[in-house]
Amino acid sequence: MFGDYSIGDLGSIFVMQGFAGLILFSVYVLMALGLAIIFGQMGVINMAHGEFMILGAYVTWMTSNLFQAYLPSLFSGYFFLAMILAFLASGALGMLVEWGLIRHLYKRPLDTLLATWGLSLMLQQAYRSVFGAREVGVELPQWMLGSLRVTDSIEVPINGVFVMCLTVLITIAVAYVLYMSRWGRQVRAVVQNRIMAGAVGINTEKVDRYTFGLGCGIAGVAGSAFTMIGSTGPTSGQLYIVDTFLVVVFGGAASLLGTIASAFSISQTQSTLEFFMSGSMAKVLTLLAVVGILMLRPQGLFALKVRK
Amino acid sequence: MIINSRFFNRSELMGFIALAAVLFVILPLTLDVFRLNLVAKYLTYAFVALGLVLCWGYGGILSLGQGVFFGLGGYCMAMFLKLEASSVENTKIQSTPGIPDFMDWNQITALPLFWQPFHSLTFTILAIILVPGLFALIIGTAMFKRRVGGTYFAIITQAVAAILTILIVGQQGYTGGINGMTDLRTLKGWDIRPDHAKIILYFVEVVLLFACIGIAQFIRLTKLGRILVAMREQEDRVRFSGYSVANFKIFAFCMAAIFAAIGGAMFALNVGFMSPSFVGIVPSIEMVIYTAVGGRMSIFGAVWGAILVNFAKTSLSESFPQLWLFGLGALFIAVVLAFPNGLSGLWADYVQPRIDRLFASRKTKAGWTDNSVADGAPAE
Repeated sequence: MFGDYSIGDLGSIFVMQGFAGLILFSVYVLMALGLAIIFGQMGVINMAHGEFMILGAYVTWMTSNLFQAYLPSLFSGYFFLAMILAFLASGALGMLVEWGLIRHLYKRPLDTLLATWGLSLMLQQAYRSVFGAREVGVELPQWMLGSLRVTDSIEVPINGVFVMCLTVLITIAVAYVLYMSRWGRQVRAVVQNRIMAGAVGINTEKVDRYTFGLGCGIAGVAGSAFTMIGSTGPTSGQLYIVDTFLVVVFGGAASLLGTIASAFSISQTQSTLEFFMSGSMAKVLTLLAVVGILMLRPQGLFALKVRK
Repeated sequence: MIINSRFFNRSELMGFIALAAVLFVILPLTLDVFRLNLVAKYLTYAFVALGLVLCWGYGGILSLGQGVFFGLGGYCMAMFLKLEASSVENTKIQSTPGIPDFMDWNQITALPLFWQPFHSLTFTILAIILVPGLFALIIGTAMFKRRVGGTYFAIITQAVAAILTILIVGQQGYTGGINGMTDLRTLKGWDIRPDHAKIILYFVEVVLLFACIGIAQFIRLTKLGRILVAMREQEDRVRFSGYSVANFKIFAFCMAAIFAAIGGAMFALNVGFMSPSFVGIVPSIEMVIYTAVGGRMSIFGAVWGAILVNFAKTSLSESFPQLWLFGLGALFIAVVLAFPNGLSGLWADYVQPRIDRLFASRKTKAGWTDNSVADGAPAE
């Protein structure tokens, strides 16, 4: 399959496809970060995660419409406000869901999967009723359009670069919150031993609620970033949910580093393969490879050594 | 112990009689052929739900990829029917007569090698059982021997469902793509489309369903069934007692796969087509929903769950398409939160005690038929 290209062509192809893969990587990482917190830390399978992401995307879309209508002078900066709003909206909904649904199910992890699936159906229908079944696209501000020319044969789109910078920032922030802050220590303590954590005075219920909220909030930000590279529909979230779960499981569920590494390898494999074969076959091969590796190494790439 | 030594205890016998009465007598007498065919379609999911009772309810293995096995069984059957429908005289207008129409549309000029054996009905029937069975054996061995279970297993089976769907949709020339295999006509020269054929197929399906119920009940009553339950509750203790936990899990998973495949094959026969929309993640999870609503611990409950949820889906989505997804989602959350044992759990908690009391008060009266009709009450 490499025969028809010269070495230089191949180099450019790999760089360009690699860059396309990096944008996919950003979306995966943002989605998977939230999921890694919820699934990896709390053991809850949140099938509605994609719908939380889409909520963020719709919030971004509404914000951009509002700015266009009432504050056209500030339009170039709307995205930053939209991101914060998306985080707050998804996080608030997440906390509500934790309070109403998830907290009753911590002892039955498989049942969280079923209940959140029900939730995702309801959210999808809610989006369809409120925003309509058609996909909506966000108008990007002027400075995000266009692309940077790196060399003669290599061009990278600006919105892609922006999404990637965003991803890096959010990843650092999440890592800081989880591993450096007092609250992150509490989260990890509750995960490792709920009863002992409660005994030393941590309010485990509150920690659970905020952890779930944080995970959903990050999903909202992921949705915000997602609007820059694709259009949003009521069922867009569902397309990503399986991939994201595979990313998290492949990385080793409780490890942030693993999540990033697996998101990187999956997205790069897929986008590089996509150049040489149809998109669907590229996806099949990537997923097959992941499932195959998971069968050989079920604990994922980076597993914490835990006695069970 | 006397009760356990019988194949059905009294309440199960009542459930059996009620289900048999409804499926063999009441529905065929009261419904027109179109509706009866719809019931036949619902019942194909009952096979899957039955498998899930064994594998999820008893074994504690939640598989989110039952659509894969449903699809494999269905596609095996559909391939045979499609080949028969694509005889040379039926496909004269194609550029290559004698191959299925979708291959011709995709510029394939010869029948692919893996299609060849599906000219034979014997091979097809064997394939319907063996292909999904072996596939489940491979997945099960790879996963359970390495002690992967619970949520990981669920996610990986889900990924397998996603892979198979993408593969079927992508390989349009070999599988019919997103449209699936349509225009299935005859089975060994016997037309499956007219009304009387639909009725015969319905009864064949119900008989098969009862055979599968019998097998499931047999597994449940033997030592095997008890080990499955023990494994679900305390996996390590079973392992320390010297049982190979992995082998029992693999067995349960394979049985569930084979049941699902039989359902898929009956789907292709009854509905007359097969498409990837019955393979993917969404249908796979819906199949779990049927089981959960009917009762994950109850063999008859699963059958009722499949019939009732689908009936509700058809009637609600016909009249209130907006409400249906809300209703389904809410139903699912309610089942998980409020009554994890589903309809059969409600039945056992609230209705069964009353019937027992009724029996206790008038033991000699012929109350059987009345109650067995009342047993159909969860149908409403």
